[in-house]
Amino acid sequence: MQNQTADQTLPTAMSIEQYTVTQALNRCATPFEPGQEAAALLPILHAVQDQLGYIPPAQVGSIAKALNLSRAEVHGVITYYHHFRQSPLKGKHVQVCRAEACRAVGGEALWQHACARHGGAHTVEAVYCLGFCANGPSAQVGDKPVLQADAASLDAEVGI
Amino acid sequence: MKTIYISQDSVAVALGADALAQLGAEIDGMTVKRTSSRGLFWAEPLVELDTAAGRLGFANVRPEELGALVQQGDQHPKCIGLLAEHPYLKDQTRLCFGRMGVTQPLDLDDYRAHGGFAGLDAARTMTAEQVAQAVLDSGLRGRGGAGFPAGLKWQTVAKASAAQKYIVCNADEGDSGTFADRMVLEGDPFMLIEGMLIAALAAGASKGYVYIRSEYPKAFAVFSQAVALATEAGYLAAHSADNAGSSEGAAAEPGFSIEVRLAAGSYVCGEETAMLESIEGKRGIVRAKPPIPALSGLFGAPTVINNVITLASVPAILARGAAHYAALGSGRSKGTLPVQLAGNILRGGLVEVPFGAVSLRDLVFTYGGGTRSGLPVKAIQVGGPLGPYVPESLWDLPWDIDEYAKNGITIGHGGIVVHDSKADMAQLARYAFEFCAIESCGKCTPCRIGSTRGVEVVDRLLAAQDAQSYQEQESLLRDLCDTMVHGSLCAMGSMTPLPVLSALQHYPTDFTASANSAKTGV
Repeated sequence: MQNQTADQTLPTAMSIEQYTVTQALNRCATPFEPGQEAAALLPILHAVQDQLGYIPPAQVGSIAKALNLSRAEVHGVITYYHHFRQSPLKGKHVQVCRAEACRAVGGEALWQHACARHGGAHTVEAVYCLGFCANGPSAQVGDKPVLQADAASLDAEVGI
Repeated sequence: MKTIYISQDSVAVALGADALAQLGAEIDGMTVKRTSSRGLFWAEPLVELDTAAGRLGFANVRPEELGALVQQGDQHPKCIGLLAEHPYLKDQTRLCFGRMGVTQPLDLDDYRAHGGFAGLDAARTMTAEQVAQAVLDSGLRGRGGAGFPAGLKWQTVAKASAAQKYIVCNADEGDSGTFADRMVLEGDPFMLIEGMLIAALAAGASKGYVYIRSEYPKAFAVFSQAVALATEAGYLAAHSADNAGSSEGAAAEPGFSIEVRLAAGSYVCGEETAMLESIEGKRGIVRAKPPIPALSGLFGAPTVINNVITLASVPAILARGAAHYAALGSGRSKGTLPVQLAGNILRGGLVEVPFGAVSLRDLVFTYGGGTRSGLPVKAIQVGGPLGPYVPESLWDLPWDIDEYAKNGITIGHGGIVVHDSKADMAQLARYAFEFCAIESCGKCTPCRIGSTRGVEVVDRLLAAQDAQSYQEQESLLRDLCDTMVHGSLCAMGSMTPLPVLSALQHYPTDFTASANSAKTGV
């Protein structure tokens, strides 16, 4: 991939992962006071994952270097937060809320169903509250919430 | 020309509001306005029709019903009457949520026409000390959970001298059963911006952050847009890293900019110091206090940290005066709280009432209508996942922070989760430990290890075949809870035992082995 901007020329052999990380670093990394260099890390990780769907482990070094952090520190942040993933999703992202308000209306049965029915082809994950607590059980397929959900409405959204 | 109002709140949209709006736009002579949600989540998608007498509401509208309801008005079966007279709304005191369902969230003119920025205008005629004093005099206590006097916090930061101070809004509303912050971010974002601007004036801060949980992507998108619009309109300074007010070209008024930050799926980042760590680009690990964030907070600078509702309550205090706010409420619980009715509830939604004006029974049964399933209410959890299950003997306590605290319950952010008779309190107790294990930041051994051991002890308790083994496991469970309560640095570890112990105390039969063998599932 080749791209040229006024202030930099990218090598032709740059991978899509490298390109995405470079773009994210340029957009998000702002000059900070000494000791504040890490502050752009979460926005950068979000930008990379939004674009690629995950944060390639091979890119951890570039991110660390740009922010003057160790690879261990960057790795620590990626693995600490449930939102970030280090490999692409399998199929669709199916999230089912397993928190109290949804349990109160049968959320656990929905969770069992989602795992059994969709766990093979898709990435089924528990989420702890989507903020729709008066309209549970709540689930989300990709970026689409499914409210007052049951097996049928969830299956319909996943696409059977 | 007819006008209908349909909410663009996430809940309404998920239940079909966009399809309704599209259809409405295709009707001859029809104008469709997209507003925030009234918070009558039991009625969404709600359609409101403008009439001479006011807005007429229609609940749970399906697309094929839209044409008919416009024709038939109050004769239509889905009509719930005039919103202004609806029992769910008419006795509420919407100081904070007054524009919900009324205005279009990203319309500055609409915001101004409905009292927007009146608070900021008033604050600008006062000194920083007077602004902080007004908030102190109002009696406003933090609405995130701890209930600390907001004015006192602001004064502490105002008195600290530093080149840079911050206002950080905690919008990491992770508690199950809560959605008030989400409603503000999606539905009345300028109100939060106004509150932060007033806080900045009082504290002498030039930069603000709003930390929004990643499970609220729409709230993040809408609020980010609101910040951009407010910046364009000159209310906020443009964001730059170099915003300390001492850079070249500094105006007489330093200016205040807001950076919106997306969290990343960590419940403990709702704890204020873990949130600061996260904004600083690190793992969300809890810090020891002292030093308190008011003196050494974000990047070590004096920082005001407030919950969304705390900041959103501020404009009304400045606009109408501290005395008006302090006249509402009871005892040392001044003002109003936007209560969130959730879980297995017939009429879930947002009920903003002054402290002391209602009881839990009023909220759950009069407003909420009891359970959605129609089965009896078995348990009510107040204050989020770290709150106890409130026994019926306390359902008539006045809804007051200190009355509840005397009974070991933190009203906190105002979330109420209702469970019906099918609820298995032992499994909910087990889940309390399980959630703690998943979300623990790992710093404290009692929380990090205790939570996992807690799940195991509950399992052994449930499997106990005789009184002696049961006694042993219960004793161990109580000992473990005691360690977690006294040995944890933050509320995550120290309050996880509350729902566990209250479940054990008030629903002991759910824990005995014979009860267990009869259970079929979760």
